[in-house]
Amino acid sequence: MLVAEAARDAEIDTLKEEVYRSLLAPESAENVNLKVTLGRLAEACTAVNRHLGAPLATMVGLDDRERTGKYRLIYVFSAGRRWVSVETEIDPTNPRFPSVTPGLPAAHWYEREVQDMLGLIPDGHPDPRRLVLHDDWPEGVFPLRKDFDPSGPVPRVDGYKHRFHHLHGEGIVEIPVGPIHAGVIEPGHFRFAAVGEVVLHLEARLFYSHRGIEKLAEGKRFDHVLQIAERICGACSLSHAVAYSQAIESIAGTVIPQRAAILRTFYLELERLYNHIGDLGNICAGVGFAVGASQGGRLKEEMMRLNERLTGNRFLRGVCSIGGVRLNPSTEVVRDAANTLHKIEAEFRNFVDLLMGTEPFLDRLTGTGVVSYQAARDLGAVGVAARASGVDCDARRDHPHAGYGALQIAVPVRTSGDVHARALVRVDESLISFALARELLSSLPSGPLAVEVRELPTYETAIGVTESPRGENVHWVRTGKNGSIDRYRIRSASYCNWPVVALAVPGNMVPDFPLINKSFELCYSCLDR
Amino acid sequence: MLRIIRTSLRTGRVTEAYPAESTARYYRGRPKIDPARCDFTAACAASCPSRAITISQKEDGGQRWQMDLARCVFCGLCAEACPNGAITVTGEFELATHSRDDLIVGVTRAPAAVMSRTPSPPPVAAGDSRNDRPDIKDGCNKLSNRLRSLLKRSLHIRHMAAGSDNSCDWEIAHLLNPVYDVQRLGIDFVASPRHADLLLVTGAVTRNLEIALYATYQAMPSPRLVVAVGDEACGGGVLQGSYAVAGGVDRCLPVDVYVPGDPPRPQAIIQGLLIALDRLEPRVRRVEMVGRPTAPAPR
Repeated sequence: MLVAEAARDAEIDTLKEEVYRSLLAPESAENVNLKVTLGRLAEACTAVNRHLGAPLATMVGLDDRERTGKYRLIYVFSAGRRWVSVETEIDPTNPRFPSVTPGLPAAHWYEREVQDMLGLIPDGHPDPRRLVLHDDWPEGVFPLRKDFDPSGPVPRVDGYKHRFHHLHGEGIVEIPVGPIHAGVIEPGHFRFAAVGEVVLHLEARLFYSHRGIEKLAEGKRFDHVLQIAERICGACSLSHAVAYSQAIESIAGTVIPQRAAILRTFYLELERLYNHIGDLGNICAGVGFAVGASQGGRLKEEMMRLNERLTGNRFLRGVCSIGGVRLNPSTEVVRDAANTLHKIEAEFRNFVDLLMGTEPFLDRLTGTGVVSYQAARDLGAVGVAARASGVDCDARRDHPHAGYGALQIAVPVRTSGDVHARALVRVDESLISFALARELLSSLPSGPLAVEVRELPTYETAIGVTESPRGENVHWVRTGKNGSIDRYRIRSASYCNWPVVALAVPGNMVPDFPLINKSFELCYSCLDR
Repeated sequence: MLRIIRTSLRTGRVTEAYPAESTARYYRGRPKIDPARCDFTAACAASCPSRAITISQKEDGGQRWQMDLARCVFCGLCAEACPNGAITVTGEFELATHSRDDLIVGVTRAPAAVMSRTPSPPPVAAGDSRNDRPDIKDGCNKLSNRLRSLLKRSLHIRHMAAGSDNSCDWEIAHLLNPVYDVQRLGIDFVASPRHADLLLVTGAVTRNLEIALYATYQAMPSPRLVVAVGDEACGGGVLQGSYAVAGGVDRCLPVDVYVPGDPPRPQAIIQGLLIALDRLEPRVRRVEMVGRPTAPAPR
């Protein structure tokens, strides 16, 4: 359809040719870059999304005024193993663009973020409220513009007032919760509209942990930015570090040594394991099943101690370096790891038997917090949340990274979309991860740990992707001068999945919200950056 | 039900007795400097992602190497960068203390011609923190002493994530797992700041949470304690210089105890809490050392 339309319009001849070529050669490994005019942006994005069946992977806004005199928007789609980018330029005298969201709902937050951070206004966006910046941020100050001065204090001003959606009717009450919660968790604000116990509508106001990380990276040396990438989030430290490193390595044209690739893969599986096991324990805590919560907490602690023995850090920090890995585990530690994993796996199986044999526990999980396949697809859900709703996606298989290309990755998919399905996907994946970790440890090749990356070409872009315990992380990087970073766009799994949480809650009881939230176990810090 | 009982019996007791026993053989903890091997080449300072290491020229022509453990992210890159092997990473993790000043390690060397025996007075490290204001600090100490004497064996904590990367928050949550079980020490977490004696803060304090942090502190009854957990809460960590963070809890509230670490291990957080209650003494003190003299210029 698009091809026929394109034939009528000489303006997008390149688009026609490129899309046609990519449609014809779905197995091609080459990334595709489509440059379109503003008027054709929405059409091109929906076409790539529908015709190639390619979900939106990330969207990047760039202040390119110094180089080209324009702002630039890049919508990146994940088409099989390739990336298809749809790129357009915006004139600074009229910083507006036609919103893609009406035809591509997954773009809704990206476009709001670009409006906050770069001052590019998405015309026709169904919900153009502020997203990242909160009410007391002054109008007309855009942190990701190159002329923004990050050193000076930004004054707090009155003026903007966030409008929550209100529901009116007999018996409807509004319950505000947060940003500071009763438990030991991260900050976020939630508004429930409820009748009695039943939630009719949930709206989340997030980005309380916004630390300005993308701006912080700009102008910094590429190896220092790795330390920042590792600290975007605690629970996903390693997957962020590896995603960033891979982007830099692909810009530098570096191939990391085989031992480094296998070690990265092994540690990524450890990250998945300690998170999944801990998350299952937390789901028990969410329903007040104390024995399950204690067992989950105990097994997670065993995993984190193994992390510390292997890498010196319980969150696997300091493992990854640009060009490989930093730490070489001794044979003694590798043997210890194999034994410990064997022991924990046996205990994990007992733990799962305990959970799946406890009827009252399963009763609370089943049918709670359902996400439909359609909602998961439309909002671009990733990771456990997507796989529990029937979406067959896993970046380890779809975009092989680290050493995953040489492995057979089984992707467990469940279709009921409830808390129970998300718990079962974690159980299945943990068992697969134990097997993978065992396989990787036994096939650990000898050889160098890293190759040195000294210099980077200027103004080159690349994408690094990893499958974190929460789902796919996509890091988009453009280098600047003298080995610095010019633009760093971090799209975590939580960025895709937070809007899905708000859809899973209506129809459930208010007291089930913590349980539903725990079944997604999303990071606020990954999202807020 | 039988299955639950059987699981519990089979598991047995897993709780550890920290501070009576501790496990940290493999932890990448405090970097230590050997002043005899340091030649002030600044490779360590260039490698540091959080500006914890600084090298400055002194007015008399000498030099000063300084490490601020409140800013350290314990990555160990300085040890890798040093061409002389002057820095080694140790497993030391019990770094909690009352004053940021205790977290300074300095090496000073005199110019080649005049060798001084005593190092010159060190520069002030903490910048514009609230702890520099004697009026606030004194009032805070008085209250803290009263609190400690009243509540030594019973402490209620309100945790607040003030824009952290969630690693510290996970470690705080782990204090409640059966392995650490802080309730055995009379310590527990409460839902409301109005019920809390101590505010346990993580993160460099983001702009979007600064007002909520003040409000939480204001809601607590006096006397009250504040403990900053992790490198970002202690000194801003890698986030220093961002438009969106204050750069540490002591830029906003008077801090009673700093717990450095990225993140600190759960046992290090327990140590910090026990120090806040005067049940343990800090193990770290400010260190000032004299470095190897500058090599005489070749004739």
